[in-house]
Amino acid sequence: MNKKEITIALAGNPNSGKTTIFNNITGARQHVGNYPGVTVEKKYGYISYRGYKINVVDLPGTYSLTAYSEDEVVARNYIINENPDIVIDIIDSSNIERNLYLATQFIELGVPLILAFNMSDITKSKREKIDISLLSKLLASPIVETVGHKNKGIKDLLDAAIRHIENKDRQEIKIKYGEEIEIELEKISAIIQDKQIFPEKLNHRWIALKLLEQDKEIIDKIREESREVYQEIELEVDRSIKHLSNILRDNPATIIADSRYGFIRGALAETRKETEIEKVSVTDRIDSILTNRIVGLPIFAALMWLMFQFVFKIGAYPMDWIDMGFGKLGELISNVMPEGLLQSLIVDGIIGGVGGVIIFTPNIILLFLCIAILEDSGYMARVAFIMDRVMHKIGLHGKSFIPMLIGFGCTIPSYMGSRILENRKDRLITMHVNTFMSCGARLPVYILLAGAFFPNIAGNIIFSIYVIGIVMAILMAKLLRATRFKGESAPFVMELPPYRVPTFKGVLLHTWERTWLYLKKAGTIILAISIIMWILFTFPMIGKNYSNDYDLEIDSLEQSFESNEITQEEYEESISEIEAKKGAEQLSYSAAGRIGRFTEPVFKPLGFDWKLAVASISGIAAKEVVVSTMGTLYSIQEADEESETLRENIASEYNPLIGYNFMLFTLLYFPCMAGMAVFRREAGWKEMFFQIGYTLLLAWVVSFVVFQIGRLFI
Amino acid sequence: MYLNEIRPGAKCRIIKILGSGGISARLRDMGCIKEEEIEVIKIAPLGDPVDIKIKGYHLSLRKEEAKNIEVEKI
Repeated sequence: MNKKEITIALAGNPNSGKTTIFNNITGARQHVGNYPGVTVEKKYGYISYRGYKINVVDLPGTYSLTAYSEDEVVARNYIINENPDIVIDIIDSSNIERNLYLATQFIELGVPLILAFNMSDITKSKREKIDISLLSKLLASPIVETVGHKNKGIKDLLDAAIRHIENKDRQEIKIKYGEEIEIELEKISAIIQDKQIFPEKLNHRWIALKLLEQDKEIIDKIREESREVYQEIELEVDRSIKHLSNILRDNPATIIADSRYGFIRGALAETRKETEIEKVSVTDRIDSILTNRIVGLPIFAALMWLMFQFVFKIGAYPMDWIDMGFGKLGELISNVMPEGLLQSLIVDGIIGGVGGVIIFTPNIILLFLCIAILEDSGYMARVAFIMDRVMHKIGLHGKSFIPMLIGFGCTIPSYMGSRILENRKDRLITMHVNTFMSCGARLPVYILLAGAFFPNIAGNIIFSIYVIGIVMAILMAKLLRATRFKGESAPFVMELPPYRVPTFKGVLLHTWERTWLYLKKAGTIILAISIIMWILFTFPMIGKNYSNDYDLEIDSLEQSFESNEITQEEYEESISEIEAKKGAEQLSYSAAGRIGRFTEPVFKPLGFDWKLAVASISGIAAKEVVVSTMGTLYSIQEADEESETLRENIASEYNPLIGYNFMLFTLLYFPCMAGMAVFRREAGWKEMFFQIGYTLLLAWVVSFVVFQIGRLFI
Repeated sequence: MYLNEIRPGAKCRIIKILGSGGISARLRDMGCIKEEEIEVIKIAPLGDPVDIKIKGYHLSLRKEEAKNIEVEKI
């Protein structure tokens, strides 16, 4: 009781082994959320240790603390606004020099700092021998050696953190940037001090430094604060930059970076005992095959094929079990509950709707398992390396390839998989075009319609839809890049980290937290939407307003059956026919049917009547639902995509042009409500509505053009 | 000359990072600073980006970005 509470922020370069250390400290007591206002993942956890409750926040992995990327701004703002008691910077021991660059910026910020020299590389061939205690003095920060994947040094790290926090006379050091820059820093700090626009606790020297580096975040913050002060500061900073550029013959930002690296190099030179010259490392040897000019691509293609098979073929089994489970649950409830509205709500609405979301869980688990392995092993960076040429041509990033590929299986994991893109614009464009990769749920619709209208060339027709989807994705990526997400795509400057054996714990935790996010957040919204969809298709009830007295028909059928006038087979067939007709009339009478008829004028220029409109609306729940809705609309019970009667009915009602057009429409409009719930979670309401709006518009325009032009030829 | 002109297998030294703003800041953060040595390792199977070794680690960048790095052969 009465525990003292401290907060530790974990920082470090990507691939420094930071996540492994975070997992080792917090174990399963961790949570994942988002930083407010951005899509950057925030992981936090806690541990009770030596009478302390230690909160641990895992900052995004960054190389620096400039305002270059969202991640860096988040990491920096966390430290400025939340004031953690201490920052632990994880340094990858196989690359101390570059890793210390981030550390110098924590030193500049003036936060209490501990360095964890982590051995995360499987290839220990290259390790500098360094006088740790001397380096620790030079950097004025304790250094602890850890081995993340062997869980070594974690206790030492926590002990050092507690000691350093309780240490009242911590040393502070300054990195010197040369006399000229120091003079200008003094001047700018003085103005900041004078105007008091930033809270006292914030390091004014650091702000001045950021201003000389032309840091956009800080400049904007001052402008928001006060225009007047901003103008005054801007004047001074511009003068300083001009002056410094003149006498130093280079941009101050460059000189500052040089000084930081100079500081590190100086400290390392003083403490380095010997350097083992590395031979060809394991990573280089692996890369000589995996990114080889000739075999690199085929190996990549084979790995992607394997991953796709693994996610969707293996996933199909548990999906069947879940499907069966929900079917059985529905049956069970139908049996114990009296027939009626409540039963229909629970069985058709809730179990049907929520079950339709949960059924994708196996895919999502397997996909994230694959992504976690690809990421943790270091191969993901190679995927980007291999595919960037192609993806860059269409305005995307090398890493966009994997989520797009996944989209052919299911759009939901493809939205979630887009997280591997660090740059927000790249991520959003990828998500917005992933929709056009034909997912597994759209295939039944194609099979039904292609079979009905083009029985002899169904395969080719379906293939053409897939190709059109890919072409649309390319066109839309280019269009979005040129308009809504204007601005350079993220420059491609990416580390190719050393290969590593992924840790079992890390991969499982990674997979689990993403799966859980899907189930939890998507689940709640889906429940609400399922109920709304159910209401639309159920109310108003037709009651006694059927065109025929079906009950009377059923009665007379029963009589004829009892008096053996017809066989059981004939009886059941007729009953099912009547039930189907009833269903069709109820659907036509329901709100969904009315919406269908009300919106018919909108669909008319595409060649669609109100029935196809209703089918499209039902596709919002999930695209495969289009097939069963069409079954109800054309009075066929238990219709599936292979149903011949349904095909005959449809083929007699529409021409092949309309059939093809309806496939196009189904391809292009947003995938499903579960997908949209995930989209909102990943990108926010605004982007979700944009996705809905622009895909609907695109679907309409494309179908309109195809129908109006096609009509001239038939 | 510029980094994009260096062939795989060759080494060079950075003279200057050109341009300002995002890309040059990023390059600096990744350790591309004056007088640093670079070894060009390979070009990706499809012809872009390139894989270089700097400060003992592998960095990949597009030829477009490599144009921002002025170098001399060593």
